[in-house]
Amino acid sequence: MSAAASLRRIGLPRLIVHVSVLVICIIWLIPTLGILVTSFREAGQITASGWWTAFTGAAETSAARLGEPSTAKQEGANYVISGSAFEGGKGGTVRAFGTRVAAPTEFTAGQPADIGNGETLTINEDGSYTYSKNAPFEGRGKRVYLSVATPPSFTTENYRTVLTSQGIGQSFVNSLTVAVPATIIPILIAAFAAYALSWMEFPGRALIIALVVGLIVVPLQMSLIPLLKMYNEIGNFFGVPSRSYAGIWLAHSAFGMPLAIYLLRNYISGLPREIIESARVDGASDFEIFVKIILPLSFPALASFSIFQFLWTWNDLLVAMVFLGTGKDQLVLTGALNALLGSMGGKWEILTASAFITIVVPIIVFFALQRYLVRGLLAGSVKGG
Amino acid sequence: MISQIVSAVGVVIAGVFVCALYYWLSDKILQAVFPVPVDNVRAASVNLNRRAMVRPWLFLGPALILLVVYLVYPVVATFILSFYDRSGGNFVGLANYRWALQDAQFRQSIFNNILWLAVVPAACTFFGLVIAVLTDRIWWGNIAKSLIFMPMAISFVGASVIWKFIYEYRGGTETQIGLLNAIVQAIGGSPQVWISLPFWNNFFLMAILIWIQTGFAMVILSAALRGIPEETIEAAVIDGASGWQIFWKIMVPQIWGTIAVVWTTITILVLKVFDIVLTMTNGQWNTMVLANLMFDWMFRGGGDSGRSAVIALVIMAAVTPIMIWNIRQANKEMGGH
Repeated sequence: MSAAASLRRIGLPRLIVHVSVLVICIIWLIPTLGILVTSFREAGQITASGWWTAFTGAAETSAARLGEPSTAKQEGANYVISGSAFEGGKGGTVRAFGTRVAAPTEFTAGQPADIGNGETLTINEDGSYTYSKNAPFEGRGKRVYLSVATPPSFTTENYRTVLTSQGIGQSFVNSLTVAVPATIIPILIAAFAAYALSWMEFPGRALIIALVVGLIVVPLQMSLIPLLKMYNEIGNFFGVPSRSYAGIWLAHSAFGMPLAIYLLRNYISGLPREIIESARVDGASDFEIFVKIILPLSFPALASFSIFQFLWTWNDLLVAMVFLGTGKDQLVLTGALNALLGSMGGKWEILTASAFITIVVPIIVFFALQRYLVRGLLAGSVKGG
Repeated sequence: MISQIVSAVGVVIAGVFVCALYYWLSDKILQAVFPVPVDNVRAASVNLNRRAMVRPWLFLGPALILLVVYLVYPVVATFILSFYDRSGGNFVGLANYRWALQDAQFRQSIFNNILWLAVVPAACTFFGLVIAVLTDRIWWGNIAKSLIFMPMAISFVGASVIWKFIYEYRGGTETQIGLLNAIVQAIGGSPQVWISLPFWNNFFLMAILIWIQTGFAMVILSAALRGIPEETIEAAVIDGASGWQIFWKIMVPQIWGTIAVVWTTITILVLKVFDIVLTMTNGQWNTMVLANLMFDWMFRGGGDSGRSAVIALVIMAAVTPIMIWNIRQANKEMGGH
């Protein structure tokens, strides 16, 4: 089928839709792709050229010193030094060269260049050079500058560096230490509360539900000052550190609680009444009903919420900054990355590798459990508002 | 490090165990305190009623304690602290509020927050809606959606590093390795230090949040669009409506409620934006927003809880209308059950 025919088959408007979605996807993907590619490049290459040229190879400027005058051989009237501009195993393709640092691309590789003083220099693409003069050479070996096209090369060195010497490895463990308990503890507490709010009759129920709904949107900022004071007082009173993992687990559990109760209540109250009634008739206690019937049936809602809570606790910076210390054994990934941004300003090989390590876990969780995440989002916003 | 992993795993197991133990044990105690004798029907029914009265509070207890200690009490305490001095010890009346009104940085933050509120929710909703409509019409729409949705999983700090690299500026004759400056250079412009350009730098920070949140808007709006009955759209097609008309006159009005929900959710998020400003500029070059100013005052010069509390209350006041609307909505829904 010719291009025109297939275009007719698809239809122009449809093609425009395809193309625009493709463009949007590329725009959305490029930022992340940028740091992913950069994190695998060598420091020198990162600053020498944009990451988008990483696959075509980069033009790097390097300096080399030609052979000492003592190695010159006399050929007729001329003295000639020859050899390779690449020393110590460094390779590549020379595109251009020059004798001044300001103009490293003054002469094209492979063509003899007249560099004054009766000297002629030819540097070939493979790095071999012929340097000749109509009189004996004096002084030291001449310094030349090469514009070398290096083949695309990738390294995992950046990751090794940040994981070991920049403390990102330790922070990774710290983040897990924060996120996993802070995800599991609130689920259980919220599920019991949600069950009570859905299937038990008691005075004040409507009021508590209204309270929970209201608390969903209360900004974290409202809680920080009194809690910080409270934590410090508790710390002073009992002589324990005021910034501890236990403190942040409870804080995260509490901050996630309103949404957790709300989501789980929406789900649990929608479970078929007959199942719960018939279990009650059979003499099951509420505790048994909850553990044996409600929990297994609510799996989708529990999964949705745990994904939210995990992403939120893993990605959180503010709560960790207030309730956790900044020592090596407590600094979480987001905090470590923030600190690196301050101290490693332009060192993109460190920053990009660290950033990628911080986002890799949530991205895996995201792609593996996207279905539950979407379901939770829809339950959280479309139904109730 | 190993010991930390072990202790974290231990805490998870212990935490779950303690929670489960609490609910199990409290239920057992309840049954022991209010026994149900088989031979005495009257006593049994009295005790069964008592159990039913107490049990909800046993189930709710831990959740309520957390909510009260970490959310309800702090809201009240912050309100009270706003009338006290920096240490929270001496009553100063409205002095902190008066300070806020004439503080240049506070005004700057209010202005910037309004700017964020005007741009980010609108942009996210608009892009989300357009992408939702477009992706619903192609076979690989779900793949496209999950790619656009993906930034939601990335932390604000991570996203800031990602975008800082895009805005990277290198002085002199050095090669521009930031994508934005490289593009600007390629089309003949001169490279800029984007994040320190007063006023416009706000928009470069907003781009990060829009990049993150558009996926959220898209997912929700896409579900709402699928909920529109097909007959409605078919009828419009038969009546000769154009694609444009169908979008604006049929689809958008049908999902108006969902658009409002998306808009308000992102509005709340924008009011709390903190990480992005902290990591990108830390409020320099006129990019300060309320959440960052509040955090700043919490620790600046040993901390000023009074001023910090006032700033927190401004954020709270801004979300209060949404909160009331949500509660009303929830009550209405429960009444309908």
